[in-house]
Amino acid sequence: MTTELTLRAPRRRIGEDVVKAVLGLCALISVATTVGIVVALFVPAYEFFREVSVVDFLTGKDWSPLFEPAHFGVLPLIAGTLLVTAIASAVAMPLGLGAAIYLSEYASPRGRGFLKPAFETLAGIPTIVFGYFALTFVTPLLRDLGIQVDIFNTLSAGLVMGVMLMPTVASLSEDAMGAVPRDLRDGAYALGSTKVQVATRVVVPAAVSGIVASFVLAISRAVGETMIVLVAMGQQPTLTFDPRQAAEAMTAFIAATGAGDVPTGSIEYKTIFAVGATLFVLTLVMNVFAIRLVRRYREVYE
Amino acid sequence: MSRGLTGRLFKGVLIVSLSIGFLTLAVLLVTVLRDGLPYLDLTLLTSPPSSDPSIAGARPAIIATLYIGVLLLLFVVPIGVFTAIYLEEYADRSRWYNKLLEINIQNLAAVPSIVYGILGLAFLVRGLGLGRVLLAGAMILTLLVLPTVIIAAREAIRSVPDSIRQGGYALGATQWQVVARQVLPAAIPGIATGSILALSRAIGETAPLIMIGAVTYISFDPTILGPFTALPIQIYSFLRLPQAEFKLLAAASIIVLLAILLTLNAFAILIRNRYRRTW
Repeated sequence: MTTELTLRAPRRRIGEDVVKAVLGLCALISVATTVGIVVALFVPAYEFFREVSVVDFLTGKDWSPLFEPAHFGVLPLIAGTLLVTAIASAVAMPLGLGAAIYLSEYASPRGRGFLKPAFETLAGIPTIVFGYFALTFVTPLLRDLGIQVDIFNTLSAGLVMGVMLMPTVASLSEDAMGAVPRDLRDGAYALGSTKVQVATRVVVPAAVSGIVASFVLAISRAVGETMIVLVAMGQQPTLTFDPRQAAEAMTAFIAATGAGDVPTGSIEYKTIFAVGATLFVLTLVMNVFAIRLVRRYREVYE
Repeated sequence: MSRGLTGRLFKGVLIVSLSIGFLTLAVLLVTVLRDGLPYLDLTLLTSPPSSDPSIAGARPAIIATLYIGVLLLLFVVPIGVFTAIYLEEYADRSRWYNKLLEINIQNLAAVPSIVYGILGLAFLVRGLGLGRVLLAGAMILTLLVLPTVIIAAREAIRSVPDSIRQGGYALGATQWQVVARQVLPAAIPGIATGSILALSRAIGETAPLIMIGAVTYISFDPTILGPFTALPIQIYSFLRLPQAEFKLLAAASIIVLLAILLTLNAFAILIRNRYRRTW
């Protein structure tokens, strides 16, 4: 608020400066959080990598930090995370985009006003509840359908996670499509386009940066999701791409190890931070990318 | 294929997409109610957990979740609102450090919750030596939902029109007087709604509390500086036990959790509709 500054009393008030300092200090807490996260992750991770070579960590196919002899190959955990993320994306992206196109192009304003918040309640369900659902409903259902899945398996975790992420994709994509100017649609209709053509060849391409951002954000959330994979996917770090088997995701390893009583400073304790740092870097790159894309579509149309 | 048919097919596919979300939500709720309702009784609400499912309850977890909720609001509302006031009313947006602050808050909002758990484990539990206590859990959940509160409070403050501020200055008010007596009161409904939604997100969070060490057997009522478990953690603990009855107890606990969240969300919607102002 710069224009009003000249209107204020010319006398300097100490109370006003104190207030500004207190407000600024509160704002610093969020900066301190980021610094704290970086320090908390990377200092122990650095110590970890003095004991275990980065190459062994990133290329090793055997993850058994709690056994003798210990192996610290992170590939099984990364494979587990990638597989569950791929399944979740295969569900969330097409279905979320479909829901977004319906909400933006087909639903009446009243229908949208009701349907969008109702759809977003899916995102408000705690992830532990989705984990419960995957374990006690979806896995038995898959077996009834004749798919031979283990009790813990990547498939049901991924499917449920996909549904959980549908509102993430739908909401952000719908926002982007809503920002596409009416003129573009009217122009296409004037040229004789059908509603399908307007939706798929005009609105979706015009909103593409927002849609891609929603996809990236969904992937990032899938990679960082913990409870569904911990409860329903298992804690078995085997390098497999068979979704019917149990596996272990990075987040599940962190949670399972963190819950135990590993002694501070031990190599087992440090693995939490090495895997956590890997997770943090992966999601940060995706988040920064998504935030930039969102800013781009806002700049173009708003 | 005729144009009309393509159009109808396309619309049908879109409706199916949307319906899969709603259908899953419905099946999930029905499953939880079917499994959990028989176990939803006073024993669940008033008894501690036990190895015997017929007398096991979630009382310590429910109490801890209420404590965490109150502490969280006490921490997160002032910090979040003050940060929002700073960014909206005081910060010079062209300065690099204020831009950095905004980007930082956006990024923090997307950091996986388990990473906050690692932060809590490293700094609060082990670093500060606070131990695996309820206060540490409340503090880490505060940091987790702080960006949500800041973003909601900023939007509420931004929606207060400038004419209100100018009116205050014209009457000789200082900047803080304008903020505290004009802008903030007008922004309260938006801030309250955002805070309640943040609270309901925090109450449903499990992963960071696992890292803090809340997965323990607690048979007594928790205190702020003592060991604790929380409702989502109790659900996780029930799910890990082999007997089938505990899965049903987990479902009953989920009903309690969802009931709390539903109440909070209804409250948020009520405030939004009751006090919404158009300038």
